[in-house]
Formats: sequence, structure tokens, C-alpha cells
Amino acid sequence: MWEALQLDFMRNALLAGVLVSISCGIIGSLVVVNRIVFISGGIAHAAFGGIGLAFFLGFSPFLGAALFAFGVSMIMGVVSFKARHRSDTIIGVLWAIGMAVGVILIDLTPGYHVDLMSYLFGSILTVPTSDLWMMVILNAAILLTVVIFYKEFIAMSYDEEFAFVVGIPVRPLYFALLGMTALSVVMTIQVVGLILVIALLTIPPYIAENFTRSLGQMMAVASILGVCFTLAGLGLSYAYDLTSGATIILVAGVGFFVFQMIGLLKRKGGRHL
Amino acid sequence: MKTPAIDMKGVWFSYDKTPILKDVTLTLKQGDFLAILGPNGGGKTTLLKLLLGLLKPDRGVIKVLGESPHDAKYRVGYLPQNTDFNTTFPISVMDVAIMGRLSRYRIGKPYSRDDRSQVESALKQAGIWDYRHAPIGSLSGGQRQRVFIARALATDPEILFLDEPTASVDPDFEMGLFELLRELNRKVTIVIITHDVGVISRNVKSVACVNRTLIFHEEGKITPEMLDMAYHCPVDLIAHGIPHRVLPTHTEE
Repeated sequence: MWEALQLDFMRNALLAGVLVSISCGIIGSLVVVNRIVFISGGIAHAAFGGIGLAFFLGFSPFLGAALFAFGVSMIMGVVSFKARHRSDTIIGVLWAIGMAVGVILIDLTPGYHVDLMSYLFGSILTVPTSDLWMMVILNAAILLTVVIFYKEFIAMSYDEEFAFVVGIPVRPLYFALLGMTALSVVMTIQVVGLILVIALLTIPPYIAENFTRSLGQMMAVASILGVCFTLAGLGLSYAYDLTSGATIILVAGVGFFVFQMIGLLKRKGGRHL
Repeated sequence: MKTPAIDMKGVWFSYDKTPILKDVTLTLKQGDFLAILGPNGGGKTTLLKLLLGLLKPDRGVIKVLGESPHDAKYRVGYLPQNTDFNTTFPISVMDVAIMGRLSRYRIGKPYSRDDRSQVESALKQAGIWDYRHAPIGSLSGGQRQRVFIARALATDPEILFLDEPTASVDPDFEMGLFELLRELNRKVTIVIITHDVGVISRNVKSVACVNRTLIFHEEGKITPEMLDMAYHCPVDLIAHGIPHRVLPTHTEE
């Protein structure tokens, strides 16, 4: 295992995994308690349109995905803010259109065809150092925003109506959350790919929610769990030569079921006492 | 003359073309204690949401303390009807109640010691201080309602809106709550939605009845036409603790 750490790409992979887990822990917690998991799935898949656009026009796919995901998240914000419970169809449509646009644009790009698999399932082993710096900056921005507006985010997430009544700008906060979700999703695409983003965004917070007493604790525990899943998955994928993104998600999935079982047994045990 | 606490003129509201409120006009002076009666689905909660700025009227003018509901926001406290939501949310009783201290002028600033002491007294008034560290989801419905009452009190409002505050609390607490509200009413205008006719006659100063339209009685008397509009059925009234029948009993056929 140690010789693996001597390798530059392995070190970058570890750092990327840690950085992504932190942003997923923070934003994922907000996504879970605000019940916008489906919207974040839509953003992740629609981001593929941006990757296609970047290849077609010849600029960085990371940038393309980020811009596209951000744009789509704002549209979804407009659609979902008014009718929270009736927006799922439109989100589903945007989800599919984004992917289709990406595939067609890549078809139309002349010459060398890119490896789509690396965007669908991640490419944690090829994260360049420049992207790591980008992740550090995005993480810092997300952390700062959430720390400054922590009590307002809690109010919006727990009781939006009351937050509105006391004069909290609920709409700008909601859009800020979607924007940050888009940026986290794009970072996460690098690590586990756009299909598996949802798992890393939701599994750690979901587990954390069961045994934490505040949103801040939930974010911290979710981040730590995310780091554990990512590092364990990365180690396993290295040892057994498996696709890293999928291995990370499977480790998280196993964690999810283990915690579910523990919760179930606890409840049963509690009844006997 | 002081600005009225509430001033509604010719207010209409409908959901998807179904009219909920028709031509509602109401002037409530500051320091009043208003009970809003009416059948379920009659528009009581809608009326409250209009006053809170959560909904906008189709027609008509609404002023709260002389301002639009949007601008008067930081001057009102609010207890929602439903307090059984988000019970898996990781949040303590204290952190729910302290939301009452939020306002748009203090966005991005942490809660102060003053905020904490306000919330402490609100939680004590609501009799739920001992549970301050408990997760909100671990409380019973009645206990949770006390937390939300504490949150409304913690806003230190000029008008307090309470939507069915006694829906799931025990009778003992109900009496204590009204004692507390009467005490608060020396400084604060109170608007309460309730089903409990008995509660009204003992505590409130004026009564309004809402069922599409609104009838307002400044003396706090429940008139037969109000009850007729509200329930289409004669009801026993308890006034000032003495039960007496104010309407003829209806005969079973």
C-alpha cells in the first residue's frame, strides 16, 4: 500500500477524495434535509451537456461542466421554488436533455473521440494538480458561505415558512444552496463520475442524520464518513484492480446497509427493554 | 389615533379560481385580543397567511401596523398550525426556539447572549425549558407545540398570531397558556385561530368568524349568525364560566 503513496497520481487521488468528501458532507447534508436529492441528480446528469459543449468548442471540460451545471441549477431553482412538489417532471426532463445534448455535441466534435466512461464513472486517478487547487478554492468558498449563513440555512431547511415570516431571504438562500450543489457535483464528477455522484452526496449525510443533534454535527460526521468511504474504496480498487469510482460507492453502500441494520437492531432491542 | 394593528379592506383571495375569501374587511386596534372562529376549510388559516405575507391577495389592501405584511414581518410572531413536520431533522429544542430571534437585520451574525436569555425565558414560560437539549423529534406532539409557542414568544413581537395553539396540548397547559396570553396582551396585540368556543368567551376581547366572508364583533360576543355561518348548527356556549344555552336545541328527526 505504501508504495502506492509514492506515486504522484495516487497522492492527488487521495487529496481529491478528501476534498470532495468534505464538500459532499456539507452540501449533501443540506441537500438531504431540504429534500432536493432529485434536483442534485438532475444537475449532475445535465452537467454532461457542459462537458459535451466544452469538447465541441475546445475548452476545459471541468469549466464546461461547472458553467452548465450552475446554469441548470438556477433553472431548476426557478422551476422548483414555486411548486416544490410538482417540479419533478421538469427536473427529469432537464436531466435527460442535458445528457442528450452532451452526447450529440461529442458526436459532432470532429476527430478524436473522448472516453465517455471517465465522465460517467469518474477518473480519480487522473486528477491534475491544477484541479486540486480549484477544489481547495471551491471548498473554502462553500465552507465560508455555510458558516456565515449557518443559522439562516438551518431556519430555511427546518421551517421555510417561519424563516420567510421573520424576514430571512429564503429565495436567495435557496438559489445559493443550488449553486453550491452544482459546484460540489462538478467536483464530485471527477472522483466518482456523474452517475454515482448522488451516492456520495446522500449516503454519508443520511447515515450521519441518525445520530447527530445539529446540522453542523451532521455535516462534520458526514464529511468524516465520506473520507473513510473514499479512502477505503480507493485502497480496495488499487489492491484488486477495480474501477475506483464504483468501488468507492460500493463501500459507501455497504456502510449504508450496515448502519441501517444497526439502527433496526437497536430499535428492536429497545422494545424488549 | 394609533395605527390599527390590522387593517384589511375589500380583500379577495382564491386558490386556482376557487374563492377562499370574499371581500374581507377588518380593522383591529392595537392591544386587542382577537379570536378567529370558523369551520375547517372556511379560510381561517388563509386569512392568517395573508396577514403574514405568505400569500398575496387577488384584490384589496392589507396593512399590518400600518405597513404592508412584507415590511411588518420583523414585528410579528407566529405559531403555525402544524408542528409535526421534519421530525427527523437533527435539531434541539433550544435551536428551534432560538429561530424566533432571527431577523433580516441580523443575517450572517451569530446569536447574542441577549438572544439566549430571551429564549430561556420564552422556554420557561412555555414550560419546556427542562427539555432544551432534547432533539425535537423525541418530543410528544403537545411538547413540540410548547416549543413552537416559545419560539413565537421569543420573537418579542408587537402582534402575535397563533394558529390553533391548543390543538394538541393538555388542558392544564391550555389554562396556563391563556393566562400567559392575557398577561402578554397588556403590551401585545394577539390574534388566535381556534375551534374552542369556550376558550374564546373567557379570554378574548373581540371575535371574528370566517367562512368565505368575515363577520367581526368588537365586543367579543359570539352572535347566533356567526355560529350559524360557522357551523350551521346550534352550539352550547359557555360564557364567563357559567354554562347556558344561548340557542334553541335542534330536534332530532
